[in-house]
Amino acid sequence: MEKTVNQKAWFLVLPVLLLVAFSAVIPLMTVVNYSVQDSFGNNQFFWWGIGWFEELLHSDRMWSALWRQLAFSAIILAIEVPLGVFVALNMPKKGFWASFCLVLMSLPLLIPWNVVGTIWQIFGRVDIGLLGYTLAALGIDYNYTQDAVDAWITVIVMDVWHWTSLVALLGYAGLQSIPDAYYQAAKIDQASRWKVFRYIELPKMMGVLMIAILLRFMDSFMIYTEPFVVTGGGPGNATTFLSIDLVKMALGQFDLGPAAAFSLMYFLVILLISWVFYTVMTNLEKREG
Amino acid sequence: MAKITLDNLAHSYLPNPASEDDYALKELNHDWVDGEAYALLGASGCGKSTLLNIISGLLQPSQGRILFDGQDVTHAPTAERNIAQVFQFPVVYDTMTVRDNLAFPLRNRGAKADYIAQRVNSIAQMIGMEAELDRKARGLTADAKQKISLGRGMVREDVNALLFDEPLTVIDPHMKWELRTQLKALHHQFGHTMIYVTHDQTEALTFADKVVVMHGGRVVQIGTPQELFERPEHTFVGYFIGSPGMNLLPARIDGTKAYVDGNEIALGRAYGGVQGNVQIGIRPEFARLSDEGLPVKVRRVEDVGRHKIVRAEFMGQALNIIAEEGEDIGADKTCVVFDPAHVNVYADDWRVNGEAA
Amino acid sequence: MSDATVTQTSFTAKARKPRMRVNGSAVVMGCYLLFLLLPIYWLLMMSLKTNTEILNTFTLWPDNLTFNNYLTILTDASWYMGYVNSLIYVVMNTVISVVVALPAAYAFSRYHFLGDKHLFFWLLTNRMAPPAVFALPFFQLYSSVGLFDTHIAVALAHCLFNVPLAVWILEGFMRGVPKEIDETAYIDGYSFGRFFIKIFMPLIASGVGVAAFFCFMFSWVELLLSRTLTSVDAKPIAATMTRTVGASGIDWGVLAAAGVLTIVPGALVIYFVRNYIAKGFALGRV
Repeated sequence: MEKTVNQKAWFLVLPVLLLVAFSAVIPLMTVVNYSVQDSFGNNQFFWWGIGWFEELLHSDRMWSALWRQLAFSAIILAIEVPLGVFVALNMPKKGFWASFCLVLMSLPLLIPWNVVGTIWQIFGRVDIGLLGYTLAALGIDYNYTQDAVDAWITVIVMDVWHWTSLVALLGYAGLQSIPDAYYQAAKIDQASRWKVFRYIELPKMMGVLMIAILLRFMDSFMIYTEPFVVTGGGPGNATTFLSIDLVKMALGQFDLGPAAAFSLMYFLVILLISWVFYTVMTNLEKREG
Repeated sequence: MAKITLDNLAHSYLPNPASEDDYALKELNHDWVDGEAYALLGASGCGKSTLLNIISGLLQPSQGRILFDGQDVTHAPTAERNIAQVFQFPVVYDTMTVRDNLAFPLRNRGAKADYIAQRVNSIAQMIGMEAELDRKARGLTADAKQKISLGRGMVREDVNALLFDEPLTVIDPHMKWELRTQLKALHHQFGHTMIYVTHDQTEALTFADKVVVMHGGRVVQIGTPQELFERPEHTFVGYFIGSPGMNLLPARIDGTKAYVDGNEIALGRAYGGVQGNVQIGIRPEFARLSDEGLPVKVRRVEDVGRHKIVRAEFMGQALNIIAEEGEDIGADKTCVVFDPAHVNVYADDWRVNGEAA
Repeated sequence: MSDATVTQTSFTAKARKPRMRVNGSAVVMGCYLLFLLLPIYWLLMMSLKTNTEILNTFTLWPDNLTFNNYLTILTDASWYMGYVNSLIYVVMNTVISVVVALPAAYAFSRYHFLGDKHLFFWLLTNRMAPPAVFALPFFQLYSSVGLFDTHIAVALAHCLFNVPLAVWILEGFMRGVPKEIDETAYIDGYSFGRFFIKIFMPLIASGVGVAAFFCFMFSWVELLLSRTLTSVDAKPIAATMTRTVGASGIDWGVLAAAGVLTIVPGALVIYFVRNYIAKGFALGRV
């Protein structure tokens, strides 16, 4: 749409600007401020320069949390995106069953995150949980509080349970926009199921899938509550992702300087990776076109 | 290429149709002769797309059979019917090149590479897109895309029938004419059975050997453009085809004479005992302004170039008359005369065939 | 003739194939929905059992059906006020987010102005800000202005990620409304405010619904910020749930019942918007 130049439009944006500035810029300034100072308590601060950042870059704790985080995000994206697309392709197109599936699939998305954690914490327990009990009864040695691999599997399955529906619903919305004539033409052209997916459905889903991948990446990179409730970051530090580590540092140990430096690096990493994702995907789309 | 037979065919979108009104397509028996070009003409919602979708197999009829060369294909899936169809809106595979789009139906059927290349090139030449063959289909204009769809429909030589579902809706007017001419040339060259759905009478009349006119889920007439013009079997055909459409006047019939409000009108044939809602229909082309005959009031004269349309009034009813371009419409022209050979008689909307007088 | 019959049967055999695929989809959907519902089912069943039954026997459904866990919650103010608090700040946040996002989204969808693209991008980056980063500064900021432990503090904090989202969704929907409608209204003598409320709002009503749905959703499910910014008066239900951990161990039944009750508002919201969900997830952009 052709837009007109109108500087007065700033007045329309002003409320948003003030509100977001209040809840983003001021806190962020505080963080920047802390990140370059040190304190001996009693609110006495002195200049510390980039000391915290240097320390952070050499800290094993931060690096291992970052690698765990990247591994977690990569794994859940690799599972949730294909699975979500697969589910979207199998959803009923219209009628009662379509609404039925939509309602049930949206359910996990509206459960408070700590309750999601609680559900899986209970579900996976060997003594009282259906999953843990069944696995134990089948003779599988499963215990997410003791075994790091089991903890990882539990956290990943929980995230797949929680968020695959988001990808599926976005994909479904994309599929709904395909006119029937495309499927009819494909039948007449004798296109195989795979070709229908590859040349009709996938291109039409690309737009919403991009949104899905970005959202899932960002949110998985910030994940805190669910794994914290299930594993508390353990066993050991096995499931201590960046947010969990940060909260431990900031609110638990009150190490304001390092925590602030950590926060800034964290934020920058998310921005950087999101930007790379976004650029790569838009370029891919352009090259296709 | 095949002869397509519709045997007792009818379709309703309701699961349990009770009355005839529930049928989107009313009972129909018809043979589509092998190698002819048909146009399926009607207003939107008349059932023409339903009929097309039944032929292509996208829809299963609720009763009756479809036969391709005598073989029952009523429940055969689309792919096995070996037909091609072009839709109202361009259906192209956006991420493929134009070349791959054209080759797609052949590749899916496992044709040989050199055959595909040869077919794609000749089709590209036909639709005038040789220069764009290696471009992605995304970003092309709507008419370019529709040309690709047409090309994809024609790329297979062995199709039983080519179906067109209002394919020129999105095309620019001047391109419409060009594409229609190409389609016609193609039909002469390869002799495919073609069924062309449209609501545009010009398209139907210029494209087809035979025009099938549908109205309210029923086929009201099948005939050559000439037959539709001279002897519309149904009042709908009369006023839907022609511009302006046929004049209809309520009348009483007695032998070779018709009476409209006491005015006598000569008929070309003799009719006996016509019952029901009786009307006579006269095409504006067969009415002439005169200084004797039925009294009319001329309301307006429209000059449309090749001829003039006279909007007149006869006994309080609108009546259209076509006058020659050079014809002088003076104040003395207060009457109209009809060509008796082209006055048709209708009872309850259907034409009554009289006896030679 | 016999040849024709053979082909006919082969046609009918193949015609049945599509119906088989529908069944395949149903199986896939069935498995997926089972996977989604099983953990929720387990929570629900647990909430209807006594603690003795939960801990000592393993049953797929309650032997002794009890509603005591729910009674505990619904009769104790410190429990049910958690729900009230959560609902208050969620509704406040939804209203604030949508109201401020509406004019901004209109500006982004209709006009070019200095720095518009940068501003839009900057807004979206806030959606990428990890709440963990903001937990401590928020705590200090709201304490210093005396808003700590109030509903408005949580509502404002959630604006951080909900306002950008609302602007983004609404902008998508507004772009779909032809600009000619605005121009016609101005020519007809409508003022901006009257045009916006009388003509424009009804046109993007579904967009407003979708934006409100997403704001509600993200505010309702968030815990880290809402827990950090409250202590007693505005404590959300999600934080109250930690109370079940007592000296005598965890009160599993009550914990499960509280969990089930947090699912109810979300389920209700979904039920009401069920016909718009698919459209909503297209975010007005497909």
